[in-house]
Amino acid sequence: MTRTGGKGGKGRGKGEELMVPRAEFRSYYGRPVIKAPAWAARDIAGYFFLGGLAGAGSVLAAGAHLTGRTTTARAMKVSSLAAISLSTAALINDLGRPGRFPYMLRVLKPTSPMSVGSWLLSAYGPAAGAAALCAVTGRVPRAGAAATAAAALLGPAVATYTAVLAADTAVPAWHGAHRELPYLFAASATAAAAGMALVVAPARESGPARCAAALATLADLGATKATERRLGMVAETYREGKAGRLLRCARGLIGAGAATAALAGGKSRPAAVAGGLALLAGSACTRLGVFAAGIASAEDPVYTVVPQREAKARREAAEAGEAKGAAGA
Amino acid sequence: MTGRLLSGPEPDPAGDAGHLDAPPRVGFFTDTTVCIGCKACEVACKEWNAIPEDGLSLTGMSYDNTEGLGASTWRHVAFIEQPSTAPSAPPAPSAPSGSPGPGPGSVPVPDGRTELPLTDQRAATAPAAGGEGGDLRWLMSSDVCKHCTHAACLDVCPTGSLFRTEFGTVVVQEDICNGCGYCVPACPYGVIEQRSSDGRAFKCTLCYDRLGAGQEPACAKACPTESIQFGPLDELRERAALRVDQLHAAGVEDARLYGDDPADGVGGDGAFFLLLDEPEVYGLPPDPQVTTRDLPAMWRHAGAAALSLAGAFAASYALPALTRRGRGRR
Repeated sequence: MTRTGGKGGKGRGKGEELMVPRAEFRSYYGRPVIKAPAWAARDIAGYFFLGGLAGAGSVLAAGAHLTGRTTTARAMKVSSLAAISLSTAALINDLGRPGRFPYMLRVLKPTSPMSVGSWLLSAYGPAAGAAALCAVTGRVPRAGAAATAAAALLGPAVATYTAVLAADTAVPAWHGAHRELPYLFAASATAAAAGMALVVAPARESGPARCAAALATLADLGATKATERRLGMVAETYREGKAGRLLRCARGLIGAGAATAALAGGKSRPAAVAGGLALLAGSACTRLGVFAAGIASAEDPVYTVVPQREAKARREAAEAGEAKGAAGA
Repeated sequence: MTGRLLSGPEPDPAGDAGHLDAPPRVGFFTDTTVCIGCKACEVACKEWNAIPEDGLSLTGMSYDNTEGLGASTWRHVAFIEQPSTAPSAPPAPSAPSGSPGPGPGSVPVPDGRTELPLTDQRAATAPAAGGEGGDLRWLMSSDVCKHCTHAACLDVCPTGSLFRTEFGTVVVQEDICNGCGYCVPACPYGVIEQRSSDGRAFKCTLCYDRLGAGQEPACAKACPTESIQFGPLDELRERAALRVDQLHAAGVEDARLYGDDPADGVGGDGAFFLLLDEPEVYGLPPDPQVTTRDLPAMWRHAGAAALSLAGAFAASYALPALTRRGRGRR
């Protein structure tokens, strides 16, 4: 019947994954229980991508700076500055009251990832900007090195906090994956930065980028798998519809990009550029896909009701088991 | 130090938010068994709070043309039409969504029908045996912001626009909100929303202005059947428990409280309900959790992920150097 407590979520056979019967559940005329964010995909998923590109790019730039790969270092610093500037513009554009964006720094709230992120950006942005300016003008190299180091220290946080931003909501596809999403975002950011380095750097300097691209590809695949395993029935939202298409595209592009870069990127400049562009596009698709999965999971009440029913049944079974020494489903 | 809990029971949210000598926490107890669906609460709320009109369309799904809570709807009366044969069982084998099921007239089961005895007892009742053959019942419930003990909207608000009042309620400061929209997906009940014409987020204030003047909120004032009861939360919880006992004694076994338990996922609601069916039938989440409960874990994982990212790049610089050294130049 339409009771939902023990629906066959876990007993699902591997072979029939594509045709999972719709979970039976009850709702108020099929209306969503929670509200999907009104955020524009272009602005917010775009920001996830650009923030990742900037943050991870700063780490890559610092490495290049340290190892004397000056062309890569300069190009990546400029790329990070451009990406973080665009990010900020996208974030402000998405506000309901753009003129009130300074209110973001009215308070510092550790319970609000958006507040933490705003402060993070306000520290990272100037550092990335100073690093880029010094690299381009060649002036005050000491200050440039310090700014490069500061941006590289803050960069990984800029790249991963956005996962917390998404996960700290009631959106089932995001909150359910709150343990895995940061790793997926870190992998995706690494892929983007490696891709950018492949596009802008000369072939003889691209060894680390190719290596990072390969690592990012493996991590991306692993994190996606882990996310889907964790989410149970909500993982449908990562496989179906727009999100499914985007994430399949992402996997294809990142895999192809990393492979192209690894095999030919060291010798052929066009191959490096092609691989880099594929990595960048793949990373953008990942963010857009995760964003779309979240929206899909918020708009269909099944993803709110069924997992909550299951969690409740599990908890009650555990409580009953504690009380009686026997668990009932 | 147990203040500043992110989840779990918390006896004094106003005090925890820094209010000294706060008055007792107030809230709503909405007894849906006596709701007659008159929507006076919706109207009173709109009038008092000067909320703009937000659509005059007909949904065609029931008498509910309000559809749900939102930026410009702070009270919403849900109408659920369902076969009353076995209220605790789902309406029909394949009905996907608590909707009327296979159609009227197909379930005349005189035997297993539960006639709710409320009809002969007190004033108005929700489950009137109406329609053809008396095989339907109407559930009506006036939904509202829950004013959670652990309010995710408030936790995630980056500007401090959302705040905890001295009455333990949760209110948006319109002059601070910059319309970031983060509170919208954070709310486990889908209550708060951005008004697209305005950009900012709005929701029930539990008539903060009226509370300050010693008045009860407009909806409770307007409710003709006392389905919406306003008062100190402790008192309401006692009253609600008595009401459930009374209903159970009268044979209404489906009566259950929703949101009254301080040990639940949001630390208990400031506005809680007496329902006659599962919460999801009313559009309420069956097991809501304050998302911030998991925030420490999220920050930990984000930190680990950030370190992994840095580590991956360190390895990417180290590996080519090592292999180059092994192989000689280039």
